[in-house]
Amino acid sequence: MSVSQSEFLAALLDPAAPVPEGLLDDQARPAGRRFSVYRNNVAVSLTEAMHQAFPVITKLLGPQNMDGLAGIYLRRHPPASPLMMFYGENFPEFLAGTEQLAHLGYLPDVARLELALRRAYHAADSQPIAPDALAALPPEDLMQARLGFAPTMQLIRSDWPIHAIWRFNTEDGAPKPEPGAQDVLNTRPEFDPAPQLLPPGGFDWITAMQAGQTIGQAFEATTARTPAFDLGATLALLLQGSAITSVTIERPET
Amino acid sequence: MLDDARRMQRLPAAPGVGYKPQHYAEILDQPGPVGWLEIHAENYMGDGGRPLAQLRHLSERFPISVHGVGLSIGGEGPLDADHLARLKHLVGWLNPASFSEHLAWSTHDSQFLNDLLPLPYTDATLARICDHIDQVQETVGRQMLLENPSSYLAFAESTWSEPDFLREVARRTGCGLLLDVNNVFVSATNLNYSPQAYIDAYPLDQVGEIHLGGHDEDQDDHGQPLLIDSHGRAVVDPVWALLDYVLDQSGPKPVLIEWDNDVPDWPTLRAEAKRAQSALDRIPA
Repeated sequence: MSVSQSEFLAALLDPAAPVPEGLLDDQARPAGRRFSVYRNNVAVSLTEAMHQAFPVITKLLGPQNMDGLAGIYLRRHPPASPLMMFYGENFPEFLAGTEQLAHLGYLPDVARLELALRRAYHAADSQPIAPDALAALPPEDLMQARLGFAPTMQLIRSDWPIHAIWRFNTEDGAPKPEPGAQDVLNTRPEFDPAPQLLPPGGFDWITAMQAGQTIGQAFEATTARTPAFDLGATLALLLQGSAITSVTIERPET
Repeated sequence: MLDDARRMQRLPAAPGVGYKPQHYAEILDQPGPVGWLEIHAENYMGDGGRPLAQLRHLSERFPISVHGVGLSIGGEGPLDADHLARLKHLVGWLNPASFSEHLAWSTHDSQFLNDLLPLPYTDATLARICDHIDQVQETVGRQMLLENPSSYLAFAESTWSEPDFLREVARRTGCGLLLDVNNVFVSATNLNYSPQAYIDAYPLDQVGEIHLGGHDEDQDDHGQPLLIDSHGRAVVDPVWALLDYVLDQSGPKPVLIEWDNDVPDWPTLRAEAKRAQSALDRIPA
């Protein structure tokens, strides 16, 4: 009577399934609830991992609701790798597809923000440019410059006020969220990820810069859609977040 | 940068603790008898940030033991080549004093279960484990230690005792062994055998490291005690006594306190390390 790992696994993930025959107690009786130790270990450890990964979602839903969702999630999306730091990658889509949560439309984007924070926490280190490196450039050079960004930097665009929701649930005394779309820039100044609210147009400009445009090209494209775009404020957020790692200037050939 | 002296070191026959980031500053300021630290390999497989920066700094002060919890050495399928490459990278970068993994499986069909799942002790399992350990030692480029599990049930198909199985794995592969004394106590209670008899049958000469940890108490369907390896509390007296029994025969060894859940404050964990130091001190020279 042998028990394959497929059988063991199937019974592990289905609490209603019978314990595989061939698993015994000390007197050669069926293992019974001894098998439940493994079921419990798996469910508890993966549920705990979801609590740690998504503290704001857990707070918004309440720990018990989060336990229930984590239990469904682990059966639908068991970890695909032993790196638990990346467990939960499918959680935003899972939340978006969960009908009972449809009235909380902001949850998937808040989950995306929490995933971004965790990715940034573990992302590669890099050397930021000096804070005055851009200010020192003549204006014509500045407009010709292309920028490289830190692996820790991430952008999240949302139809919901996710930055305000995140702050309200993580900072004492943060203002109550007001309705409205928000774009978030997540940076990691040293070791702790810091999400910042981007001014209008900031998301488009940084996205254009990531695609390799010059500061001038990206500025023109952005102001065409968002005349009020504040380049200085956007650059300040990037510099404070140690998010710019290189400045490249290609001078026109003379 | 690691200097040559660090490259040559092994784990000292001293107390170590499982490293928790919340203890970072206090470990550096007030290590007490703690002579080395153990990390879970998978927590240091990110690309950068605070975990690797802390580890780099700690490795300048303490010998480090890299303890993998996710390689699934007992898996029926092939080892995860990506994960093996990550281990090779971490061990190459850190050059730890020890590298260990578990006699268990945790991955099947690309699903990782985040638990150490049990194996039947058969000739087929033995051959597979030995192949996998050969592959690990060849890839990572150094000897590994293999840890005995805590058992909650037995397999009808098993034909080897656990100590004999481990002895044979070590003989065939040249790997060393990590003896988890709490796991021996837990398994012996759950499967109703003598922990001392287990130790008597176990190849203590292959032991490169000892683990101690706390366990929870439950009952099975028949009201029999069912101990659960939780790493969530202090080591109990009978496990300390079993440690003495081991050390009397093995001589001094590196002894680790594992406390992974409901992690206590540093003085509490350090007190456990002091008790391990006392156990090492009482071994006759």
